Amino acid sequence: MSNVILQVEDLHTSFFTRAGEVKAVDGISFYVREGETFGLVGESACGKTVTGLSILRLLPEPAGIIVGGKIILEGKNLLELSKKEMREIRGEKISMILQDPMTSLNPVYTVGDQIGESVRQHQHLPDDMVETEVVSALRLLGIPAPESRLHDYPFQMSGGMRQRVVGSIAMSCRPRLLIADEPTTALDATIQAQYLALFRDIQKQTDVAIIFITHDFGVVASICHRVAVMYAGKIMETASTSTIFKTPKHPYTSALIHSVPRLDRKDDRLYSIEGQPPSLLNLPPGCRFAPRCPDVQDVCHKQQPPEVEIGEGHTVSCWKVK
Amino acid sequence: MADILLEGRDLKKHYPVTKGLLQRTVGWVRAVDGVSFTIERGKTLSLVGESGAGKTTVAKAILLLERLTSGTILFEGKDVYKFSKSQLKMEYRPSVQSVQQNPWSSMDPRMRVRDIVAEPLVVNTKHTKEQIQSRVKELLQQVGLAPNHADYYPHEFSGGQRQRIAVARALALNPSLVVLDEPVSALDVSIRAQIMNLLKDLQEQYNLSYLVIAHNLATVRFMSHNVAIMYLGQIVEYGEAEEVFNRPLHPYTRALISASILKLPEDDVQGVQQIILSGEMPSPLNPPSGCRFHTRCVEAMDICSKVAPEERVIGQQRVKCHIYDDPSVQSALSSGFQPGTEGRPQPS
Repeated sequence: MSNVILQVEDLHTSFFTRAGEVKAVDGISFYVREGETFGLVGESACGKTVTGLSILRLLPEPAGIIVGGKIILEGKNLLELSKKEMREIRGEKISMILQDPMTSLNPVYTVGDQIGESVRQHQHLPDDMVETEVVSALRLLGIPAPESRLHDYPFQMSGGMRQRVVGSIAMSCRPRLLIADEPTTALDATIQAQYLALFRDIQKQTDVAIIFITHDFGVVASICHRVAVMYAGKIMETASTSTIFKTPKHPYTSALIHSVPRLDRKDDRLYSIEGQPPSLLNLPPGCRFAPRCPDVQDVCHKQQPPEVEIGEGHTVSCWKVK
Repeated sequence: MADILLEGRDLKKHYPVTKGLLQRTVGWVRAVDGVSFTIERGKTLSLVGESGAGKTTVAKAILLLERLTSGTILFEGKDVYKFSKSQLKMEYRPSVQSVQQNPWSSMDPRMRVRDIVAEPLVVNTKHTKEQIQSRVKELLQQVGLAPNHADYYPHEFSGGQRQRIAVARALALNPSLVVLDEPVSALDVSIRAQIMNLLKDLQEQYNLSYLVIAHNLATVRFMSHNVAIMYLGQIVEYGEAEEVFNRPLHPYTRALISASILKLPEDDVQGVQQIILSGEMPSPLNPPSGCRFHTRCVEAMDICSKVAPEERVIGQQRVKCHIYDDPSVQSALSSGFQPGTEGRPQPS
């Protein structure tokens, strides 16, 4: 069993708006091990991106506030660090890849400058050394002819190449943890397959831990070792990827998996979850999935289910599971 | 004999690339380059491909939002470009409607749902206000919304509900063909299934034809009767959906299926080979010589970079690939040989 790099305990993140407190993340706990890809899966507004931003303490201020919990990276609670100490963590220990490569790069700097920025910031190297680092970061992400491509501007590159540049920036200081927020959603199918294969390789080479945020179960199956399924700010079920697909225990997990059309067989009708996710401003008192759940009981509407461990590394929050 | 509603014959759309003060034409982007297909009544044809494949250009041509460079669109056997203005207004446009990809940008935020759904009726029919209002309520119920939703504005709805409103608007004039441009890709996973089921129900109920544009193959398999796989402005494989998914003939189709199939990590051990294509789709401004796919093809041969492959008919499928030039491969295939897992079928 390899080392736990990041431990998140009972994290609560809220946004304080005029309409009231929006509990975007409401008491979630998980851990990520060295060299492991941990998937956070869920639909829009389930809190997966806010979890990523909370770890980096990059929530939009002043509305977004971490109300409680601990985020422990290699023994240090990130929530107790000063702003300056946090700046040293970002990019060096933890880095992030955002969804859209069209907007996450600066159009007026060359890609070499943008990758070099984090190298200069953290490693204080002379210029020629910075360039070698930049070239090696580009090479790590499989960009052909990195020596010449580093003088290119983002607009000279395709979407897939730009997302590789974003990956190079994230990996340039060899972080211990990478938070990838839907990095392949904006990419085409064959380019997505390339990108995922690349990350499997990079992980083998560098042993980086990855938190992979996505809504796509196909991506989960191909890259994640363990998965947490989120719904309306809470984790419903955590398990290894094969357990999630083969023996999901939470009704939401199985409904979600069944509602995805399959490529390997012809379905006449898709299983669909009726209704919509609840508003985070006005959450149901019991289980959040209760209003849409096919197996709902009386207790589900009244009390929140506790998290129960039912197998090795398999936890479920559901009254049906004991 | 299939009842053909709309047919595209050798459609081409080339956009000029201009340069300098005088806007001289220095080249052509061949966005769609010789595409033929048929849409049967009550059936779904899907156009599949990555960005830049030309699928949206085909859809725009059918909606008459783009004038083709050459080619013919036949609607119920009649050439659309020979329709008079009044024929277009009375016959063609009401029969061909569309649902756009993004329900956040396809509706005027300052119009109530009532007016959004009523707009096609106001423009195209001479119904009275009362008739229009009762039709709007009927439409909203058909797509699973409540009649009182007519009084709300689009921002008061979730993405899935908005897409239902867009479907209601498309159905207002009882069209025979609906062009669905990525109808579910902007929606959440649990909502996608609702909308896809709705679209299928409506198709059965009203004998609608759909032209679906999509990049997600699993969505396509669920929705379609026929599929056309597009690459760089051309259809590389075309056929009945189940046949194409069960027996993909073109190496690009196989790579796409391999990239989209849901596969667990431990399945790799059981010898399922994933095909990962190298490189990216080349620019349509300067497409590769010969077969346009040869630069990324895992099975490319010498001939592929020199000669563009002819279209071959194998069973019910049409495919453009040099692998099938060999008559022995063709006969092996028609006697039930399954290509794919071990690479190219070997001539016996």
